[in-house]
Amino acid sequence: MRTRADIRNFWLLASLAAAITAVGLGAAYYMAVHGHIVTGMNNEVVWGLPHVFAIFMIVAASGVLNVASVGTVFGQPVYKKRAPLAGLLSIALLTGGLMVLMLDLGRPDRVLIAATHFNFTSVFAWNVFLYSGMVAIVVVYLWTIFERGMDRYTKPVGLAVLVWRFVLTTGTGFIFAFLVARQAYQSALLAPLFIVLSLGWGQAVFLITQSAIFAWNGRVLDDAIRHRMARLLGIFIVAALYLVAVYYLTNLYYAKQVSFVRFILLDGGIYPLLFWGGYVLIGSVLPLLLLFHPKLSCARTTFAASALVVAGAFAFLYVFIVGGQAFPLEIFPGHVVSSSFGDGAIAAYVPRLPELLLGVGGLGAALLLTVVGLRAFNFMPQDDSVSAKS
Amino acid sequence: MKPETPTSARDADKSNRRGFLGVAAVGLAGILLAPGIRLIEVAQAAPSTGADPKVRWGMLIDSTKCRSGCTDCVTACNAEHGLPQNPKPTDAQWIRKIEIREIRTGRTQSLPVMCQHCAEPPCVDVCPTGASFKRADGIVLVDKHICIGCRYCMLACPYKARSFIHEPVTDQKPDAPRGKGTVESCTMCVHKVDRGEQPACVQACAAAGHNAIIFGNLNDPQSEIAQRVRNIQTSQLRADLKLDPSVRYHGI
Repeated sequence: MRTRADIRNFWLLASLAAAITAVGLGAAYYMAVHGHIVTGMNNEVVWGLPHVFAIFMIVAASGVLNVASVGTVFGQPVYKKRAPLAGLLSIALLTGGLMVLMLDLGRPDRVLIAATHFNFTSVFAWNVFLYSGMVAIVVVYLWTIFERGMDRYTKPVGLAVLVWRFVLTTGTGFIFAFLVARQAYQSALLAPLFIVLSLGWGQAVFLITQSAIFAWNGRVLDDAIRHRMARLLGIFIVAALYLVAVYYLTNLYYAKQVSFVRFILLDGGIYPLLFWGGYVLIGSVLPLLLLFHPKLSCARTTFAASALVVAGAFAFLYVFIVGGQAFPLEIFPGHVVSSSFGDGAIAAYVPRLPELLLGVGGLGAALLLTVVGLRAFNFMPQDDSVSAKS
Repeated sequence: MKPETPTSARDADKSNRRGFLGVAAVGLAGILLAPGIRLIEVAQAAPSTGADPKVRWGMLIDSTKCRSGCTDCVTACNAEHGLPQNPKPTDAQWIRKIEIREIRTGRTQSLPVMCQHCAEPPCVDVCPTGASFKRADGIVLVDKHICIGCRYCMLACPYKARSFIHEPVTDQKPDAPRGKGTVESCTMCVHKVDRGEQPACVQACAAAGHNAIIFGNLNDPQSEIAQRVRNIQTSQLRADLKLDPSVRYHGI
C-alpha cells in the first residue's frame, strides 16, 4: 500500500524531473530563436555537448536491454525479473536521447520533414527507423510480459529485441564509421566498439536505477544478485577498454593517423586529460577496483562504481565526438596549411549553458518517463530472496 | 391590395442585378486568377528543361597563377551571395584561400578551396532528408526547404566546404536565399551559370588579370577546360577517396 510519504516523494521526484525537462525545452527554444550562435559550436565542431548527451542515452538505451536479453533469451531467472524495468529504462533513455538530438537540429521545427523525406543511402535515415522500431518492439515485448496468456511470445519477441538493439547500436557506430574523410572515425571497429560500450553503460544505468528504487522502497537487494550484476558490469568495462585500445592501435598502425592519436592521447590538452583521467581512470580503473576488490564490494560501492562508469562514458564521448572534430581535416597531406576558415588548426570549442541545459533536459525527460512508468506499472523487480529493511 | 410592380420594370431590375453580378464575378475571377496566370507566364519564361545531364560543369584551378595574398575570388563570392566580408568563426565561407607549405621542400603555394562538386558526393550520401543533392550537370546544392540542419554533411565533407548558418541573416541576395539553422556551400553560382554566365570567382580572378580559375563543361571536348585537363597534369584533392570532384588543380 502506498503511504503518504510515498505519494509525496513521487510528486516531488516527478516535479523535479519535469522541471529539469522544462528547463531543457526552454534552452532548446532559446537556441531555436537565436540560432546556434548561443552555443559553443562553430563550423569546425558542428556536433557539441548535446550530441554527447544524446548518444550516451541512445547507446545506453540499447545496452540496458541486455538485462532483458539475459533474462528472456538466455533464461536467467534473476535477470528475467528485471526485464520489465530494463524495457522501461530503454524507452525512457531513447526518448530522452532523441529529444536532445531533434532539438539540437538547426531547424527543429522541420522534424516532420525528417519523418517524411528519406534518403536511404543515409545511415541517419536508417536510424530513424531503427529508433522508432526499437520503441515499438520494446512496447510489444513489455506487453507480452504483462498480458496474461501472451507470455509464450515473450521469448521470440525478446530474441527480436536482442537482434534489434545490436543492429541499432551498429547503426549508431556506423554514423561515425562511414565518415571516411575524418581521421577520428572511418573505422569498421566503431560498430562493435559501440555495442560493447553500450553493454557497460546500460548495465551501469540499470544498477543505478535499481539501487534507487530499492532504497526508495526501503528494500535491500540480495547480495548474491547484486554481486552477480556487479561482476557482469566489471566484465563489460574490461571488454570496452580492450576494444578502445584496439581502436587506437589500429589507428596508429596507419602511419598517417599517428598525429591524430598523439593529439587525442598525448598533446591535445583537454582531450587526453578527459581520456586518461575521465574515461580510463575514473570511468574504468576506479569502478573495476570498487567492483572487484574483496574488501570494498558492497551495495554502496556498486552504486558508486556504476555512477563512475556513467561519468567515464560522458568523458569518452566528449573526447570521441568533440575531439574527433577538433582535429583538422587533412586536405593537403605533407603540407602545413593555414586559412581564414581554420584549416590546419585545432578547432576551439567551449560548451555554453544552453547546450548543457538541453542535454541535461534530455536526462530529465528520461527520468520523468521512468518515474511515471514505475508509478503506473509494475516494473519493480520482485526477487524471492529480497528482504525488507527492518 | 398591394400595388403590382410592372413586369417590364421588374425584369429590367433583375437583368441589372444579374449584369452586376456577372461583372463582379468576372472581376473577382480576374483578380484571383491574374497572379496565377502571371506566375505561369513567369514559369514559362524560365528555362523549361532542367539541368542538362550531358553537361558536367567543372573548374580548373592553376595554383601557379594564383597569387598569395590575393582574395579577389573570395570577395567576389561574398558580394555575390551576401556573405560577410570579414567572417567570424561561426560565419559562412563558401570559398577560402589556403596557404600551403610542403614540409619536405618548403615550397609554398596559395589556392582557393570551395565545394569540389564531387561526382560521388559524401554529403549527398549522408543527408537524411535528401536536401543535399547533385544536379544532372554535376552541381552539388542544398535544398533549403528540406534541410533540417543536422550538420551530418559537414562532418562527411572531406574539404570542409560546408558552413552552418548560426544566426539570423539579413540583406540576402535574391539569387542566394539563406536561412538560419541550415547548411550551405558554394553553388558554383548556379544562378549565373543557368543564365550562361561564369561564376563570380572566375570573373573576379580574370578581372584581376590572374586567370587562375577556368570554368566550363568538362564533357565538351572542345571546351577550354576539357582541353586543358587533357593536355596538362591536374590533380584532385583527396583523390584517395575516389569522389571524382569536378574541381581540379594544376601545380600542386
